[in-house]
Amino acid sequence: MSINTTDQRLEALAPSRSEARRRRRGVSHASTGYLFVAPFMLVFLAMLVLPLIYAAYLSLFRERLIGGTVFAGLENYTRALTDPKFLDGVGRVALFFLIQVPIMLVIALLAALAIDSGLLRMAKVFRLGIFLPYAVPGVVATLMWGYLYGPDFGPFAQLADKLGLAAPKFLSSDWMLGSLANVVTWEFTGYNMIILYAALRAVPHDLYEAAAVDGAGAIRTAWSIKIPALRPALFVCLIFSVIGSFQLFSEPWLMRTLAPSVIDSGYTPNVYAYTQAFTGQEVNYAAAVSFLLGLVIVIVSYAVLLVTARRSRS
Amino acid sequence: MFINRLSTIRRRAAAGTALVLAGSLALAACGGGGDDSGGGATQAQAVSQADIDKAMSTPTQLTFWTWVPNIQKEVDLFQKKYPAIKVKVVNAGQGTPHYTKLRTALKAGTGAPDAAQIEFQYIPTFSLTKSLVDLRPYGAEGLKDKFVPWTWNQVTGADGQVWAIPQDSGPMGMLYRKDIFDKYGITVPKTWDEFAAAARKLHAADPKVYMTNLAQNQAGVWFGLLWQAGVKPFENPTAESVKVNLNSDESKKLADYWGGLIKDGAVSADADFNDGWYQALNRGKYATWLTAAWGPVFLEGSAKATSGKWRAAPLPQWEAGQNVSGNWGGSTTAVVQGTKNPIAAAKLAEFINTDPESTKMFATEQFLFPVTKALLADTSFVDRPLTFYGGQTVNKLFAGISDTVDTKFQWPPFLDQSVSDWNETVGKSFANKSDSSAALDQWQERITKYAENQGFKVEQ
Repeated sequence: MSINTTDQRLEALAPSRSEARRRRRGVSHASTGYLFVAPFMLVFLAMLVLPLIYAAYLSLFRERLIGGTVFAGLENYTRALTDPKFLDGVGRVALFFLIQVPIMLVIALLAALAIDSGLLRMAKVFRLGIFLPYAVPGVVATLMWGYLYGPDFGPFAQLADKLGLAAPKFLSSDWMLGSLANVVTWEFTGYNMIILYAALRAVPHDLYEAAAVDGAGAIRTAWSIKIPALRPALFVCLIFSVIGSFQLFSEPWLMRTLAPSVIDSGYTPNVYAYTQAFTGQEVNYAAAVSFLLGLVIVIVSYAVLLVTARRSRS
Repeated sequence: MFINRLSTIRRRAAAGTALVLAGSLALAACGGGGDDSGGGATQAQAVSQADIDKAMSTPTQLTFWTWVPNIQKEVDLFQKKYPAIKVKVVNAGQGTPHYTKLRTALKAGTGAPDAAQIEFQYIPTFSLTKSLVDLRPYGAEGLKDKFVPWTWNQVTGADGQVWAIPQDSGPMGMLYRKDIFDKYGITVPKTWDEFAAAARKLHAADPKVYMTNLAQNQAGVWFGLLWQAGVKPFENPTAESVKVNLNSDESKKLADYWGGLIKDGAVSADADFNDGWYQALNRGKYATWLTAAWGPVFLEGSAKATSGKWRAAPLPQWEAGQNVSGNWGGSTTAVVQGTKNPIAAAKLAEFINTDPESTKMFATEQFLFPVTKALLADTSFVDRPLTFYGGQTVNKLFAGISDTVDTKFQWPPFLDQSVSDWNETVGKSFANKSDSSAALDQWQERITKYAENQGFKVEQ
């Protein structure tokens, strides 16, 4: 009897229940989605959006050691736009980007293609070897290169001395940007290579087979199939590099102890923002400088996007 | 399991109540001190001995930020004397990182320590921002006679505030390589003229050896040399005005002297305290190191390869027969504004820096150069021969130099900026062998502009 009634009830409920289930599933689907992104959104809000708003707020004021804080409007921004130190810093990192990034990405691309070609012996060792510098902390990397660059007792200087040549001036103001570019290239080539290599693994094999049937060699396959297939990955690398170059901080900051008069407080915009905040106690101005730097990065990234998009269409 | 957890909660709650109780007791105890325990020009009311006794017997937890290695030993002596006070020692970095964190904590209004290590040169920078507690209400004025006068002046504010208790100092002298001097027939220079002549002679004889290294990034040495020459680059007549006099004739004389030696290649200007510099010390690139009283022991640890080859002498003088020196480094213990336990923190600062056992420990364990008159007269300290210096009684020499340090030298209320701009003007001129005297003008101009921007009334 009890079974009967249950059955009847079930029957009676059947249509509406399935509907409810569907509805419930819809609702729960949506809320599950929100639940899944909630931890990210919370951290994102607390650690990124709020500080950003706070920094924007700070950048509109001017706090002085004597006389307290006053509202300054956009004064900090106009000051930064006419500050030769800030502008020089932006120019320097732009130059760094234009020279260092192409070199790094070409090396990363060649390394990824070489590993993917399957023609290398010990490809795993090679891959690990290139990637390893990325795993070395930046502090250690800079200390190591600082030793290598040493003008008196560094190995290059010693070698030059043995050969009766003048020691290469890695840490002089003319060479410093190149020396930093070398450290950054050494550090990040492996990282970019891994991204490109992973993208290459995703290229469907039938394309290669078709190319082989058409009589294409390894180089032709790389040029006509692999590189076009890599375009989205290269684009990702490029955007990361824009951000990394314009935000250059730890390498020059650590090199400062070796060449304090070459790397001054305005060497890169981030170094400048840091010294303004923590040396000059001008937190408000530092916030404005950071925001302007962010703006520069957005503009450059957008320019890169436009250029690469136009290329791929033509 | 449930019961277990419950009891933990209960235990925690109990501990919480105990803490709250302790906190309110401590608050009640320091009520006598008044709110205005520092910062302003008005002197806070003195704290009675009864209040002090009560505070020192009330269970209290203090936080003490310092980078002095193994300072726990001295802190343990304090805790032994005042068992109710527990001190948590935190190493927040040495020098700049420490100050950066301290400032951040003060700005945030939470997380700042009760007491902190502050170097002499940073005292005006932190007292300006009202970050230090005036220690007069806690009986600090009575300690004055225990200390070498110039060190006491370093911790004294414009209106007589006592901002900190001196811990160690760095009167400057000259460490030199006897073997190099002997090899090239150089006698220990008594005047800067003799020093310059010796530098040129030495460099002509061996271009790979430099008489000394005047580091392009070490404003501290520059300030020390100014100090010796009797120059007053900064003065703080009132809290809101500052006298900036960085390119006076005396300063320019110094700049021309050192700039000239560097241009001639007789003196190097390598950045110091980095790998290359340590190697240079070990390999005999520099014949002398113009350094402070903490230098001898530091060198012993950093240039082991050269043991027995070094000797110490006073700095050369500007006038023959003169006997004056400057100071480089040295630090204090200060009580940080916002502490809930100013009495206990002030007594901590007082105890570790005046107790005979503790001060002696600083001198023999951490090799800090003493600032108390008692220890500088203590034969077991000053008569100790150092084998690294061929058995010379180096401490005695520096104890003597300590008495010749000018007492009136003052620091700017914005030290970081002054140092940073020095690096980018004067230091840079050393590095590039360009006009150091013109660099002084730039330094003056930059600092004047900075000070005005920060709202100071700037006097020349």
